[in-house]
This record gives sequence, structure tokens and C-alpha cells, in this order.
Amino acid sequence: MTVKIGTVKEPGSSKMNKTGSWRTFRPVLDEEKCIDCENCFLFCPEGCINKENEIDYDYCKGCGICAEECPVKAIKMERD
Amino acid sequence: MEIPEQEFLAPGHRGCAGCGATVAVRLALKMLGPNTVAVSSTGCLEVITSQYPETAWEIPWIHVAFENAAAVASGVERALKSQGKDDVNVVAFAGDGGTADIGFQALSGAMERGHNIIYICYDNEAYMNTGVQRSGATPYGASTTTSPAGKKSFGEDKPKKNLPMIMAAHGVPYVATASISYPEDFMKKVKKAGETEGPAYIHVHQPCTTGWGYDPSKTIELGRLAVDTGAWILYEIVDGEFKVTYRPLQRKPVNEYLNAQKRFKHLADEEKEKIQNYVNQVCAELKI
Repeated sequence: MTVKIGTVKEPGSSKMNKTGSWRTFRPVLDEEKCIDCENCFLFCPEGCINKENEIDYDYCKGCGICAEECPVKAIKMERD
Repeated sequence: MEIPEQEFLAPGHRGCAGCGATVAVRLALKMLGPNTVAVSSTGCLEVITSQYPETAWEIPWIHVAFENAAAVASGVERALKSQGKDDVNVVAFAGDGGTADIGFQALSGAMERGHNIIYICYDNEAYMNTGVQRSGATPYGASTTTSPAGKKSFGEDKPKKNLPMIMAAHGVPYVATASISYPEDFMKKVKKAGETEGPAYIHVHQPCTTGWGYDPSKTIELGRLAVDTGAWILYEIVDGEFKVTYRPLQRKPVNEYLNAQKRFKHLADEEKEKIQNYVNQVCAELKI
């Protein structure tokens, strides 16, 4: 397929842009407390928390939604 | 409800920390899956996901102009059909400005022609991309840069345009409202919209940290407050049949929602009471 000017052919290439550098506070998960409710996975605006509750700090902007929405307060925001 | 792990909107996009629009798109695409073509109008979503030469989209995506997301989606649907590809989802994502104001005629036309498309309006209640100008979907009382609160104004003086009902009046088979704060409800609706033959319209409410003025961590909480106070109602209209899909056990005072946001901070008690009365009236009609 020929790709003309104005098109971008590499899907998901925004991954080259590591938005983790925007962060001031970092979410830290206490796995002992986690009940696998998937709230953090669902509500992350970056989609950078997976179902194993691993946070990808390369992209996490530190918005704090995951900590706010955690029903058991297993995620703490810590100064980066 | 089993929610797929695969993401179709990649990280690295330039959405504000705490962006509600990207939550809406992530969840919607999980339901539509890889066999989907997305169309966007001009707006936050377009700008933050397509910083040339990069794209955050993992599926084919096209942007043409502000006013024609629905027309472009119509064309994509017809082109796929002519190639015999009837199983591809065609979804348009447009903001409230690109839906209620600028993209309205294209949307109305697409609904009228009956294209097999899904149109999702992500509603953050103003033109956030260009610096918070009011749109037809800005609610009564909200301060924006073009409806500023001040000595001579209390903010937006018109009620929010009722887009989902205008879409329902087109007689399309599926219309729904949703909120990013009720993800299962939203995703079920997206799934239904995808299975619908003909046009489907979903109006998803999504708080905006920048335009509404609240801490980014509260995006989901604000969306929940909108629903729990009755300021935003979750319903669907399937083949003309109206059904409320979520009723808060006990409706919270609308002040809890208003007071949490800078855009309503200036409102006098009497204006807040007007809003509460309006909400009460709508909720009474729907028995919420």
C-alpha cells in the first residue's frame, strides 16, 4: 500500500512519546491490599495499567485517578 | 462482564493528566474490537491522538474537518459496503461542539440516511481544545471564556441542548446516554450500538479537569456525582422504547456536583436553586 503525505502508517506510534516525564506524583500499588477490582485498569486515561495491576511508569502522567478510585486505598500517590 | 485487556488507543497521547475523553474512547474501542474504523471531528481527541508523525490509534482512523465526522463516517461505511466488507464497525467520535453545533447538519443527515454507523459524542460541555468556549451542550450557569461569570453575567444563560433526544427524534434504532464513571453501563451500550443495524448514537458524559476546574484525580468522581445528583441521566432508547438504565438509590443534592467545580463557583444560591429545581423536574418526569 502506498502511503501518501498526511497519513501515518505506524499504528500506536504515540508510544514513542514517553509522557511519564509529565509526572509529579507517582502511584504506588500495595499488592497486599489489592482486591483485583480492575477500577484502576478501567479508569486510567492512558491505558497504562494492565489487568495484572502493573503500572507503566513510562506513560503514567500521575493524574491520580487510580488512587482516587481504588476502593481499598491500595494505591498511594508519592512524590516522584 | 468480561472486559478485553487489549488497548486500541495507545499511551503517549497528549491528553491532559486526568483526561476523561480518552477513558471514553478506550472503553468504547474495547467493545468494538480490532475490526473497526474510527473517524474523528476536530477537537481535543483529534489533537491529542494525532501529533504528526505519530498516532495513538491502533486501528484505522481518519480526521477530515470539524463539521463532518458523521459525513466522513457515512462515506467510509458506504465504501466498505461496496467492497463487500459488511462486518466492519464504523465509529465516529466527536466532541459536544463537533456534535451539538458545528457537526450538527452532517450528523442529522447521516442519521436521516440510515447509515450503519456508531456515533459517539464525548461531551465535556464546552470547546475545551481551543480554550473553553461555550457550546450548545454547555449547561446553565457554567462559566466559560465566552459565557464568563462577572458583574453582568452569571455564566451560560441557556440550558444544555438535549442532543440525545434530538437524535431520537430522527427515529434511529439506537440512542443512549452514558457516563465514563459507569463503565459497564457505557460498554454494554457501545456493544449494543455495534450490533445495531443502522445508525446508533451514544452521548457519553465525561468530566474535563481543565475546563471544569477540579483536581485531575477527580474526573471519575465528578462524572459519578453528575449521575448521582440527577444532573446527568443514563438511559437508552431502543427502537423508540425509552428506558432509564441506572437510578441512584438516593439522589444527592445537585450542589454536591456544582460546588466541586470552578466553573460553577460564582453561582448565587438562587441560581443553584434554579438548577436543582430543573433537575427535580426532569427526574420527576422519569421517576428517578
